[in-house]
Amino acid sequence: MKPELKFTDVISQQEKTQKRKNDLSSFEYTYRAEITSAYQLTDMETLYRLQIINPDERRRFTFIPGQFLMLEVPGIGEAPFSISSSPSIHGEVELCIRKAGNLTNYLSKIGRGAVVGIRGPFGTGFPMEEMHGQNILLIAGGLGLAPLRAPIAYVQENRSHFKEVNIIYGTKSPAHLLFTYQYDLWSKDDINLNIIVEKADPSWKGSVGMLTETLLKILTGRDDAFYSNTYAIVCGPPVMFKFVCSMLNKFHIPMQKMFVSLERRMHCGMGKCCRCNVGSTYTCLKGPVFDYWTVMNLKEAI
Amino acid sequence: MIFRVFEKKELKNFFEVLTVHNRIVGPVEAGRDKKNNPIYSFTEVSDFNNIKLDYTTTKLPAKRYFLPFHEDLSTFRIDNGDWQKTIDYNANQPLIFFGLHPCDINALNKLDKVLLHSVYPMPYYAAKRKNMFIIGIDCVPQPFCFCRSMGSDTALHGFDMFITDLGAKFFVEILTDTAYNFLKNIKKEEPREKDHVLYMKAVSERNKKFTTKVDTTDLAKILDMEFQSEVWKQWGDKCLACGTCSNACPTCYCYGVEETVDIDLKGARKTKMLHSCNLIDFAEVAGGHNFRAERHSRLKYRYYHKHRGFVEAFEESLCVGCGRCGESCLSGIKVPEVIASVRGGKVK
Repeated sequence: MKPELKFTDVISQQEKTQKRKNDLSSFEYTYRAEITSAYQLTDMETLYRLQIINPDERRRFTFIPGQFLMLEVPGIGEAPFSISSSPSIHGEVELCIRKAGNLTNYLSKIGRGAVVGIRGPFGTGFPMEEMHGQNILLIAGGLGLAPLRAPIAYVQENRSHFKEVNIIYGTKSPAHLLFTYQYDLWSKDDINLNIIVEKADPSWKGSVGMLTETLLKILTGRDDAFYSNTYAIVCGPPVMFKFVCSMLNKFHIPMQKMFVSLERRMHCGMGKCCRCNVGSTYTCLKGPVFDYWTVMNLKEAI
Repeated sequence: MIFRVFEKKELKNFFEVLTVHNRIVGPVEAGRDKKNNPIYSFTEVSDFNNIKLDYTTTKLPAKRYFLPFHEDLSTFRIDNGDWQKTIDYNANQPLIFFGLHPCDINALNKLDKVLLHSVYPMPYYAAKRKNMFIIGIDCVPQPFCFCRSMGSDTALHGFDMFITDLGAKFFVEILTDTAYNFLKNIKKEEPREKDHVLYMKAVSERNKKFTTKVDTTDLAKILDMEFQSEVWKQWGDKCLACGTCSNACPTCYCYGVEETVDIDLKGARKTKMLHSCNLIDFAEVAGGHNFRAERHSRLKYRYYHKHRGFVEAFEESLCVGCGRCGESCLSGIKVPEVIASVRGGKVK
């Protein structure tokens, strides 16, 4: 990599100020939303499609890939979920939810037609526009594919703006694979899909092993232009981050072009409850999407 | 700034004027400890004689009046699978705080930074904070106070009026027009040169009484460097992870949210409860992974939030040095000792 500084355009970097962020009355405001579809993906995960009921609110509700929202079922609980649908659809979101606790188990029982509450969207997202003209590596481990489905949808809708796009996706077994019905469409949009499972079953014909093996194959033997013009989005369990990020780092993928989405249990989403703090950085405000340089400077982030 | 002096007996008159139309919270003696020392507490008072303005420090801060330990954020009516949400900020009338020490006033100023003046200001706090009338009063520094090291020994703002004991008289600093108007009800006069001399004497007398010091030079950076230090492990072994320190802290604001269904199944509520980063489930996520499963990592996190993270965000520490956490800690873990050990590389 050339040791050359990039010019920063201050106008395009201006933070878009949102009124919602300074409005006292929006703090606890909940959009009423209807579960319009609940599609079971695996034994444990279901994809819920939620539609904001009020048409005005539906028009206004937009998000960027990587952001999360707080989903509330009155009396049962409220928890953060990353949005895993296309950002071009307003007022409608899809959430891929694993049964893990009270709220998520309850959700799996109520299904279609139920009215829930949503607050948000919150946090930072992946800077998709910045990635235009570049290669993208979308690296997901297990349920980490859920937050990546939003940038994948963005890439599909804006395919001409990106060069080589690779999805590297690893799971425990073929039965754990999410969104299997979309793989053909991703491939048809010229997105290379590299799936690897830790443990095969008799019907499995693909690769078996760790996700980093696949990543190593993709990264090996490329020219410098590839490494310096590649963005990476990484999401998965904490242990995966370490191996994947250090491998990307070894191949000199710029740290500012590597993005991770951190998982924490937010109770407010608005920088108040401190439950998502890493060191003393609020994951809900400065994250959940961080570039790797920031993550390196956080204590106990991954 | 406007200064006045008034005879000591006028303070009682002032209280009585105020208590007619307002609710007043002040320090009272709630009981005695094993050594027969008084235990002070902030409580609602209606009789001036119950207020102990010479109180040392209260066991608990006045936090419950602006950050209740337990508070409903919203309630729901549930009907036929549908629901309606009602939001109540739980503030109905103003409160007068009669006799807050500078540390507790500074604690409010610090909380304002994160709860009022950051993105997503918190209406539950704002509704209470904006309805406070604060009468500050100078304290007698205790052996466990290190507010001086934290820069919280004097309050520059965040109160309506502040009184200092000059012996026969009270010296009052008036910061708001509300206080100025309230004070029209009592006899007072402009301070003379001899009052100024008495005030400065009182200040320097008080300054001599600060005994405990914490070296905060470069502390944010040193904490970062010493993240892996063995001393954390040693303090972690002593820590009972009970969360008492957060309970006693005037600036601990972390919380958790829980929802419950009413017993008649027709309603539900969303409740905010103050939490402590020392409690085991603080950083646990779905599926059971705990980012701070060990006691020492949680104790350490508390110090990092107070003395490093808040400094990074707001250029000042979140600790006011009131010493309540050390006094209430069942294992005797005290901030000055912990910080000295991090700086010195070993626990004494």
